[in-house]
Amino acid sequence: MHKQLVELWVGVFVAAGLLALGALAFQVGNLSAADVRNGYVVYAEFDNIGGLKLRSRVTLAGVRIGRVRAIEVDPQSYRAVVALEIDGRYRNLPTDTSAMIQTQGVLGEQYVALEPGADEAYLKDGDRILLTQSALVLENLIGQFLYNKSGSGDK
Amino acid sequence: MRVFVLLGRHSLGTLARLGRAGLFLLQVLAGAWQFLRRPFLLVQQMYAVGVLTLLIILVAGLFVGMVLGFQGYNTLVDFGAESSLGLVVALTLTRELGPVLAALLFAGRAGSALTAEIGLMKATQQLAGMEMMAVDPISRVIAPRFYAGFVSLFLLAALFTVVGVYGGHLVGVDLLGVDSGVYWSGMREGVDVYEDVLNGVIKSIVFGFVVTWIAVFEGYDAVPTSEGVSRATTRTVVHASLAVLGLDFVLTSLMFGEV
Repeated sequence: MHKQLVELWVGVFVAAGLLALGALAFQVGNLSAADVRNGYVVYAEFDNIGGLKLRSRVTLAGVRIGRVRAIEVDPQSYRAVVALEIDGRYRNLPTDTSAMIQTQGVLGEQYVALEPGADEAYLKDGDRILLTQSALVLENLIGQFLYNKSGSGDK
Repeated sequence: MRVFVLLGRHSLGTLARLGRAGLFLLQVLAGAWQFLRRPFLLVQQMYAVGVLTLLIILVAGLFVGMVLGFQGYNTLVDFGAESSLGLVVALTLTRELGPVLAALLFAGRAGSALTAEIGLMKATQQLAGMEMMAVDPISRVIAPRFYAGFVSLFLLAALFTVVGVYGGHLVGVDLLGVDSGVYWSGMREGVDVYEDVLNGVIKSIVFGFVVTWIAVFEGYDAVPTSEGVSRATTRTVVHASLAVLGLDFVLTSLMFGEV
Protein backbone atom coordinates (compact mmCIF):
# COMPACT_ATOMS: atom_id res chain seq x y z
CA MET A 1 0.00 0.00 0.00
CA HIS A 2 1.08 3.58 -0.63
CA LYS A 3 3.30 5.00 2.07
CA GLN A 4 1.37 8.25 2.47
CA LEU A 5 -1.94 6.46 2.76
CA VAL A 6 -0.59 4.22 5.51
CA GLU A 7 0.69 7.24 7.39
CA LEU A 8 -2.63 8.99 6.98
CA TRP A 9 -4.60 6.05 8.32
CA VAL A 10 -2.30 5.61 11.28
CA GLY A 11 -2.62 9.33 11.97
CA VAL A 12 -6.41 9.05 11.91
CA PHE A 13 -6.24 6.05 14.22
CA VAL A 14 -3.98 7.72 16.77
CA ALA A 15 -5.99 10.94 16.70
CA ALA A 16 -9.24 9.04 17.18
CA GLY A 17 -7.72 7.09 20.06
CA LEU A 18 -6.47 10.20 21.81
CA LEU A 19 -9.81 11.88 21.22
CA ALA A 20 -11.50 8.88 22.84
CA LEU A 21 -9.21 9.19 25.86
CA GLY A 22 -10.14 12.86 26.09
CA ALA A 23 -13.82 12.00 25.82
CA LEU A 24 -13.39 9.46 28.61
CA ALA A 25 -11.84 12.06 30.86
CA PHE A 26 -14.17 14.95 30.14
CA GLN A 27 -17.43 13.47 28.85
CA VAL A 28 -17.70 10.22 30.80
CA GLY A 29 -15.59 11.18 33.81
CA ASN A 30 -15.94 14.40 35.69
CA LEU A 31 -12.63 16.11 35.04
CA SER A 32 -14.28 19.21 33.58
CA ALA A 33 -16.43 19.89 36.61
CA ALA A 34 -14.19 18.00 38.94
CA ASP A 35 -12.01 19.88 41.01
CA VAL A 36 -12.15 22.51 43.50
CA ARG A 37 -9.99 25.43 42.34
CA ASN A 38 -7.70 27.34 44.71
CA GLY A 39 -9.80 26.00 47.54
CA TYR A 40 -9.37 26.37 51.26
CA VAL A 41 -9.81 23.80 53.99
CA VAL A 42 -12.06 23.97 57.03
CA TYR A 43 -12.50 21.24 59.62
CA ALA A 44 -15.65 19.83 61.15
CA GLU A 45 -15.93 17.36 64.03
CA PHE A 46 -18.64 14.75 64.05
CA ASP A 47 -19.65 12.05 66.55
CA ASN A 48 -20.34 9.66 63.71
CA ILE A 49 -19.71 10.12 60.03
CA GLY A 50 -21.81 7.15 58.90
CA GLY A 51 -20.83 6.23 55.37
CA LEU A 52 -19.06 9.46 54.42
CA LYS A 53 -16.10 8.80 52.13
CA LEU A 54 -13.13 10.69 50.80
CA ARG A 55 -14.13 12.93 47.88
CA SER A 56 -17.76 12.98 48.99
CA ARG A 57 -19.58 16.16 48.08
CA VAL A 58 -19.85 19.27 50.21
CA THR A 59 -22.94 21.27 49.36
CA LEU A 60 -24.43 24.63 50.15
CA ALA A 61 -28.15 24.99 49.40
CA GLY A 62 -27.87 21.73 47.47
CA VAL A 63 -25.13 23.01 45.17
CA ARG A 64 -21.74 21.31 45.30
CA ILE A 65 -19.09 23.74 46.49
CA GLY A 66 -16.35 21.35 47.60
CA ARG A 67 -15.23 17.86 48.49
CA VAL A 68 -14.22 15.91 51.56
CA ARG A 69 -10.44 15.80 51.57
CA ALA A 70 -9.51 13.82 54.66
CA ILE A 71 -11.22 11.91 57.45
CA GLU A 72 -9.39 11.21 60.69
CA VAL A 73 -10.15 10.37 64.28
CA ASP A 74 -9.08 12.82 66.98
CA PRO A 75 -7.42 10.58 69.59
CA GLN A 76 -8.27 12.99 72.42
CA SER A 77 -11.96 13.50 71.87
CA TYR A 78 -12.66 10.22 70.02
CA ARG A 79 -14.57 12.18 67.41
CA ALA A 80 -14.14 12.13 63.65
CA VAL A 81 -12.42 15.17 62.14
CA VAL A 82 -13.42 15.78 58.54
CA ALA A 83 -11.41 18.14 56.34
CA LEU A 84 -13.64 19.93 53.86
CA GLU A 85 -11.98 21.52 50.86
CA ILE A 86 -14.13 24.36 49.62
CA ASP A 87 -13.85 26.13 46.29
CA GLY A 88 -12.10 29.50 46.41
CA ARG A 89 -15.14 31.23 44.93
CA TYR A 90 -17.05 30.69 48.15
CA ARG A 91 -14.94 32.51 50.71
CA ASN A 92 -17.81 34.25 52.43
CA LEU A 93 -19.11 31.46 54.67
CA PRO A 94 -19.99 32.89 58.11
CA THR A 95 -18.10 31.45 61.10
CA ASP A 96 -21.31 30.09 62.61
CA THR A 97 -22.02 27.95 59.55
CA SER A 98 -23.26 24.51 60.53
CA ALA A 99 -22.34 21.20 58.90
CA MET A 100 -24.66 18.22 58.61
CA ILE A 101 -24.07 14.79 57.14
CA GLN A 102 -27.05 13.98 54.98
CA THR A 103 -28.04 11.15 52.67
CA GLN A 104 -29.08 11.53 49.09
CA GLY A 105 -32.36 9.68 48.74
CA VAL A 106 -33.13 6.81 51.09
CA LEU A 107 -30.09 4.64 50.47
CA GLY A 108 -27.98 7.04 48.45
CA GLU A 109 -24.55 8.48 48.92
CA GLN A 110 -23.79 10.58 51.98
CA TYR A 111 -22.57 14.14 51.72
CA VAL A 112 -21.85 17.14 53.94
CA ALA A 113 -24.47 19.88 53.76
CA LEU A 114 -23.44 23.34 54.98
CA GLU A 115 -25.99 25.76 56.32
CA PRO A 116 -24.78 29.37 56.52
CA GLY A 117 -25.25 31.27 59.77
CA ALA A 118 -25.56 35.01 60.29
CA ASP A 119 -22.14 35.99 61.62
CA GLU A 120 -20.29 38.92 60.08
CA ALA A 121 -16.89 37.19 60.17
CA TYR A 122 -16.03 34.59 57.56
CA LEU A 123 -14.40 31.17 57.85
CA LYS A 124 -10.72 31.15 56.96
CA ASP A 125 -8.35 28.40 55.86
CA GLY A 126 -7.84 25.97 58.76
CA ASP A 127 -10.85 27.13 60.76
CA ARG A 128 -13.15 24.75 62.58
CA ILE A 129 -16.89 24.50 62.10
CA LEU A 130 -18.41 24.24 65.57
CA LEU A 131 -22.03 23.41 64.87
CA THR A 132 -22.26 19.92 63.46
CA GLN A 133 -24.85 17.22 63.17
CA SER A 134 -23.80 13.61 62.70
CA ALA A 135 -24.95 11.13 60.16
CA LEU A 136 -28.23 9.39 60.64
CA VAL A 137 -27.34 5.73 61.07
CA LEU A 138 -30.28 3.73 59.84
CA GLU A 139 -29.45 0.69 61.97
CA ASN A 140 -29.49 2.74 65.20
CA LEU A 141 -32.76 4.31 64.18
CA ILE A 142 -34.38 0.95 63.52
CA GLY A 143 -32.95 -0.38 66.78
CA GLN A 144 -34.40 2.53 68.72
CA PHE A 145 -37.73 2.16 66.99
CA LEU A 146 -37.93 -1.55 67.80
CA TYR A 147 -36.84 -0.91 71.38
CA ASN A 148 -39.55 1.71 71.87
CA LYS A 149 -42.06 -0.54 70.19
CA SER A 150 -41.34 -3.48 72.46
CA GLY A 151 -41.27 -1.16 75.50
CA SER A 152 -44.72 0.18 74.73
CA GLY A 153 -45.99 -3.32 73.90
CA ASP A 154 -45.28 -4.51 77.46
CA LYS A 155 -47.58 -2.02 79.01
CA MET B 1 10.10 -44.13 36.67
CA ARG B 2 9.48 -42.88 33.13
CA VAL B 3 6.75 -40.63 34.47
CA PHE B 4 9.26 -38.72 36.58
CA VAL B 5 11.65 -38.39 33.66
CA LEU B 6 8.90 -37.00 31.43
CA LEU B 7 7.62 -34.72 34.15
CA GLY B 8 11.08 -33.37 34.85
CA ARG B 9 11.83 -32.86 31.17
CA HIS B 10 8.55 -31.07 30.68
CA SER B 11 8.98 -28.71 33.61
CA LEU B 12 12.59 -27.95 32.69
CA GLY B 13 11.44 -27.26 29.14
CA THR B 14 8.76 -24.87 30.40
CA LEU B 15 11.22 -23.07 32.66
CA ALA B 16 13.74 -22.71 29.86
CA ARG B 17 11.02 -21.33 27.61
CA LEU B 18 10.06 -18.80 30.26
CA GLY B 19 13.70 -17.74 30.51
CA ARG B 20 13.94 -17.40 26.73
CA ALA B 21 10.80 -15.28 26.76
CA GLY B 22 12.30 -12.96 29.38
CA LEU B 23 15.61 -12.56 27.59
CA PHE B 24 13.75 -12.06 24.33
CA LEU B 25 11.70 -9.28 25.92
CA LEU B 26 14.88 -7.49 27.02
CA GLN B 27 16.31 -7.74 23.50
CA VAL B 28 13.07 -6.41 22.01
CA LEU B 29 12.91 -3.51 24.45
CA ALA B 30 16.51 -2.65 23.65
CA GLY B 31 15.78 -2.94 19.93
CA ALA B 32 13.87 0.33 19.81
CA TRP B 33 16.79 2.26 18.28
CA GLN B 34 16.11 0.84 14.82
CA PHE B 35 12.67 2.35 14.35
CA LEU B 36 13.59 5.52 16.20
CA ARG B 37 15.85 6.21 13.25
CA ARG B 38 13.29 4.99 10.73
CA PRO B 39 9.84 5.81 12.16
CA PHE B 40 8.06 4.42 9.13
CA LEU B 41 8.81 0.91 10.38
CA LEU B 42 6.64 1.62 13.39
CA VAL B 43 3.94 3.43 11.42
CA GLN B 44 3.65 0.50 9.04
CA GLN B 45 3.15 -1.93 11.92
CA MET B 46 0.66 0.37 13.61
CA TYR B 47 -1.35 0.21 10.43
CA ALA B 48 -1.28 -3.59 10.42
CA VAL B 49 -1.90 -3.98 14.12
CA GLY B 50 -4.02 -0.97 15.04
CA VAL B 51 -5.90 0.39 12.05
CA LEU B 52 -6.94 -3.01 10.72
CA THR B 53 -8.26 -4.00 14.17
CA LEU B 54 -10.26 -0.79 14.41
CA LEU B 55 -13.38 -2.06 12.66
CA ILE B 56 -13.95 -5.14 14.82
CA ILE B 57 -13.30 -3.08 17.97
CA LEU B 58 -15.79 -0.38 17.00
CA VAL B 59 -18.53 -2.83 15.97
CA ALA B 60 -18.00 -5.01 19.04
CA GLY B 61 -17.98 -1.95 21.32
CA LEU B 62 -21.22 -0.66 19.87
CA PHE B 63 -22.99 -3.98 20.36
CA VAL B 64 -21.61 -4.55 23.84
CA GLY B 65 -22.81 -1.07 24.83
CA MET B 66 -26.23 -1.74 23.34
CA VAL B 67 -26.56 -5.04 25.21
CA LEU B 68 -25.49 -3.36 28.45
CA GLY B 69 -28.10 -0.69 27.81
CA PHE B 70 -30.84 -3.30 27.40
CA GLN B 71 -29.85 -5.52 30.31
CA GLY B 72 -29.10 -2.63 32.62
CA TYR B 73 -32.43 -1.02 31.84
CA ASN B 74 -34.40 -4.23 32.39
CA THR B 75 -32.79 -4.79 35.77
CA LEU B 76 -32.80 -1.20 36.97
CA VAL B 77 -36.37 -0.40 35.96
CA ASP B 78 -37.64 -2.92 38.54
CA PHE B 79 -36.15 -0.73 41.26
CA GLY B 80 -37.16 2.51 39.61
CA ALA B 81 -33.48 3.29 39.22
CA GLU B 82 -33.24 3.56 35.44
CA SER B 83 -31.76 7.01 36.01
CA SER B 84 -28.46 5.34 36.90
CA LEU B 85 -28.33 3.48 33.57
CA GLY B 86 -25.61 5.79 32.27
CA LEU B 87 -23.52 5.19 35.36
CA VAL B 88 -23.90 1.41 35.16
CA VAL B 89 -22.97 1.29 31.47
CA ALA B 90 -20.02 3.67 31.87
CA LEU B 91 -18.58 1.99 34.97
CA THR B 92 -18.85 -1.49 33.47
CA LEU B 93 -17.12 -0.35 30.31
CA THR B 94 -14.36 1.81 31.77
CA ARG B 95 -13.41 -0.57 34.56
CA GLU B 96 -13.77 -4.00 33.00
CA LEU B 97 -15.30 -4.64 29.63
CA GLY B 98 -13.44 -1.97 27.68
CA PRO B 99 -9.91 -3.09 28.53
CA VAL B 100 -10.66 -6.83 28.75
CA LEU B 101 -12.81 -7.31 25.65
CA ALA B 102 -10.59 -5.03 23.58
CA ALA B 103 -7.57 -7.09 24.68
CA LEU B 104 -9.30 -10.40 23.87
CA LEU B 105 -10.37 -9.18 20.43
CA PHE B 106 -6.90 -7.77 19.90
CA ALA B 107 -5.30 -11.11 20.79
CA GLY B 108 -7.57 -12.87 18.32
CA ARG B 109 -7.31 -10.39 15.49
CA ALA B 110 -3.82 -8.87 15.75
CA GLY B 111 -1.93 -11.23 18.06
CA SER B 112 -2.57 -14.31 15.95
CA ALA B 113 -1.58 -12.41 12.79
CA LEU B 114 1.68 -11.28 14.42
CA THR B 115 2.57 -14.82 15.46
CA ALA B 116 1.73 -16.30 12.08
CA GLU B 117 3.71 -13.63 10.22
CA ILE B 118 6.82 -13.94 12.37
CA GLY B 119 6.56 -17.73 12.48
CA LEU B 120 6.36 -17.92 8.69
CA MET B 121 9.32 -15.57 8.35
CA LYS B 122 11.23 -17.97 10.52
CA ALA B 123 9.98 -21.05 8.66
CA THR B 124 10.99 -19.56 5.30
CA GLN B 125 14.35 -18.57 6.81
CA GLN B 126 13.85 -14.85 6.23
CA LEU B 127 15.01 -14.12 9.77
CA ALA B 128 18.14 -16.23 9.24
CA GLY B 129 18.69 -14.42 5.95
CA MET B 130 18.58 -11.07 7.68
CA GLU B 131 21.15 -12.24 10.18
CA MET B 132 23.38 -13.29 7.29
CA MET B 133 23.15 -9.74 5.98
CA ALA B 134 24.13 -8.42 9.42
CA VAL B 135 20.65 -7.00 10.03
CA ASP B 136 19.40 -7.72 13.51
CA PRO B 137 15.97 -9.30 12.96
CA ILE B 138 14.86 -8.49 16.50
CA SER B 139 15.23 -4.75 16.18
CA ARG B 140 14.25 -4.70 12.48
CA VAL B 141 11.24 -7.03 12.54
CA ILE B 142 10.14 -7.79 16.08
CA ALA B 143 10.63 -4.52 17.97
CA PRO B 144 8.43 -2.36 15.69
CA ARG B 145 5.66 -4.95 15.92
CA PHE B 146 5.95 -5.16 19.69
CA TYR B 147 5.88 -1.40 20.26
CA ALA B 148 3.08 -0.94 17.71
CA GLY B 149 0.88 -3.44 19.54
CA PHE B 150 1.75 -1.96 22.89
CA VAL B 151 0.76 1.55 21.76
CA SER B 152 -2.31 0.45 19.81
CA LEU B 153 -4.17 -1.48 22.44
CA PHE B 154 -4.89 1.28 24.91
CA LEU B 155 -6.08 3.54 22.12
CA LEU B 156 -8.32 0.74 20.87
CA ALA B 157 -9.65 0.11 24.39
CA ALA B 158 -10.48 3.80 24.82
CA LEU B 159 -12.34 3.79 21.51
CA PHE B 160 -14.17 0.61 22.52
CA THR B 161 -15.33 2.24 25.75
CA VAL B 162 -16.48 5.48 24.14
CA VAL B 163 -18.37 3.66 21.39
CA GLY B 164 -19.91 1.38 24.02
CA VAL B 165 -21.14 4.36 26.04
CA TYR B 166 -22.78 5.74 22.91
CA GLY B 167 -24.25 2.29 22.19
CA GLY B 168 -25.82 2.30 25.64
CA HIS B 169 -27.13 5.78 24.94
CA LEU B 170 -28.61 4.56 21.66
CA VAL B 171 -30.62 1.82 23.35
CA GLY B 172 -31.31 3.39 26.74
CA VAL B 173 -32.18 6.89 25.60
CA ASP B 174 -33.32 6.66 22.00
CA LEU B 175 -35.12 3.33 22.27
CA LEU B 176 -36.23 2.86 25.88
CA GLY B 177 -36.79 6.47 26.83
CA VAL B 178 -34.36 7.25 29.63
CA ASP B 179 -33.75 10.98 29.67
CA SER B 180 -30.58 11.97 27.85
CA GLY B 181 -29.54 14.54 30.44
CA VAL B 182 -30.02 12.05 33.26
CA TYR B 183 -27.97 9.47 31.38
CA TRP B 184 -24.98 11.80 31.03
CA SER B 185 -25.16 13.56 34.39
CA GLY B 186 -25.52 10.28 36.30
CA MET B 187 -22.42 9.08 34.50
CA ARG B 188 -20.42 12.23 35.21
CA GLU B 189 -21.42 12.28 38.85
CA GLY B 190 -20.39 8.67 39.46
CA VAL B 191 -17.41 8.02 37.21
CA ASP B 192 -14.18 9.22 38.75
CA VAL B 193 -11.39 10.20 36.38
CA TYR B 194 -8.58 8.73 38.47
CA GLU B 195 -10.38 5.86 40.17
CA ASP B 196 -12.20 4.51 37.12
CA VAL B 197 -10.93 5.96 33.86
CA LEU B 198 -7.23 6.04 34.68
CA ASN B 199 -7.28 2.55 36.19
CA GLY B 200 -9.01 1.25 33.07
CA VAL B 201 -6.32 2.82 30.90
CA ILE B 202 -3.58 1.32 33.08
CA LYS B 203 -5.24 -2.07 32.68
CA SER B 204 -5.28 -1.80 28.92
CA ILE B 205 -1.63 -0.70 28.85
CA VAL B 206 -0.67 -3.79 30.87
CA PHE B 207 -2.78 -6.02 28.63
CA GLY B 208 -1.25 -4.52 25.50
CA PHE B 209 2.22 -5.25 26.81
CA VAL B 210 1.46 -8.85 27.74
CA VAL B 211 -0.58 -9.77 24.67
CA THR B 212 1.98 -8.43 22.20
CA TRP B 213 4.83 -9.96 24.14
CA ILE B 214 3.19 -13.39 23.99
CA ALA B 215 2.34 -12.94 20.30
CA VAL B 216 5.82 -11.95 19.10
CA PHE B 217 7.55 -14.49 21.33
CA GLU B 218 5.38 -17.38 20.15
CA GLY B 219 6.12 -16.40 16.56
CA TYR B 220 9.85 -16.08 17.15
CA ASP B 221 10.03 -19.30 19.15
CA ALA B 222 7.81 -21.33 16.78
CA VAL B 223 8.98 -24.65 15.41
CA PRO B 224 9.79 -23.66 11.81
CA THR B 225 7.34 -25.97 10.08
CA SER B 226 3.78 -25.34 8.92
CA GLU B 227 2.50 -27.41 11.82
CA GLY B 228 4.70 -25.53 14.26
CA VAL B 229 3.45 -22.16 13.06
CA SER B 230 -0.15 -23.26 13.34
CA ARG B 231 0.41 -24.50 16.88
CA ALA B 232 2.19 -21.29 17.82
CA THR B 233 -0.74 -19.24 16.53
CA THR B 234 -3.20 -21.27 18.58
CA ARG B 235 -1.00 -20.94 21.65
CA THR B 236 -0.87 -17.18 21.21
CA VAL B 237 -4.64 -16.83 21.31
CA VAL B 238 -5.09 -19.25 24.21
CA HIS B 239 -2.23 -18.01 26.36
CA ALA B 240 -2.88 -14.34 25.68
CA SER B 241 -6.58 -14.68 26.54
CA LEU B 242 -5.83 -16.56 29.75
CA ALA B 243 -3.14 -14.05 30.69
CA VAL B 244 -5.54 -11.16 30.13
CA LEU B 245 -8.28 -12.70 32.25
CA GLY B 246 -5.91 -13.73 35.02
CA LEU B 247 -4.14 -10.38 35.12
CA ASP B 248 -7.49 -8.64 35.09
CA PHE B 249 -8.37 -10.35 38.34
CA VAL B 250 -5.05 -9.38 39.92
CA LEU B 251 -5.24 -5.78 38.73
CA THR B 252 -8.86 -5.43 39.79
CA SER B 253 -8.14 -6.65 43.28
CA LEU B 254 -5.17 -4.27 43.51
CA MET B 255 -7.06 -1.26 42.16
CA PHE B 256 -10.57 -1.65 43.46
CA GLY B 257 -10.02 -3.78 46.54
CA GLU B 258 -10.92 -2.15 49.81
CA VAL B 259 -8.11 0.21 50.71
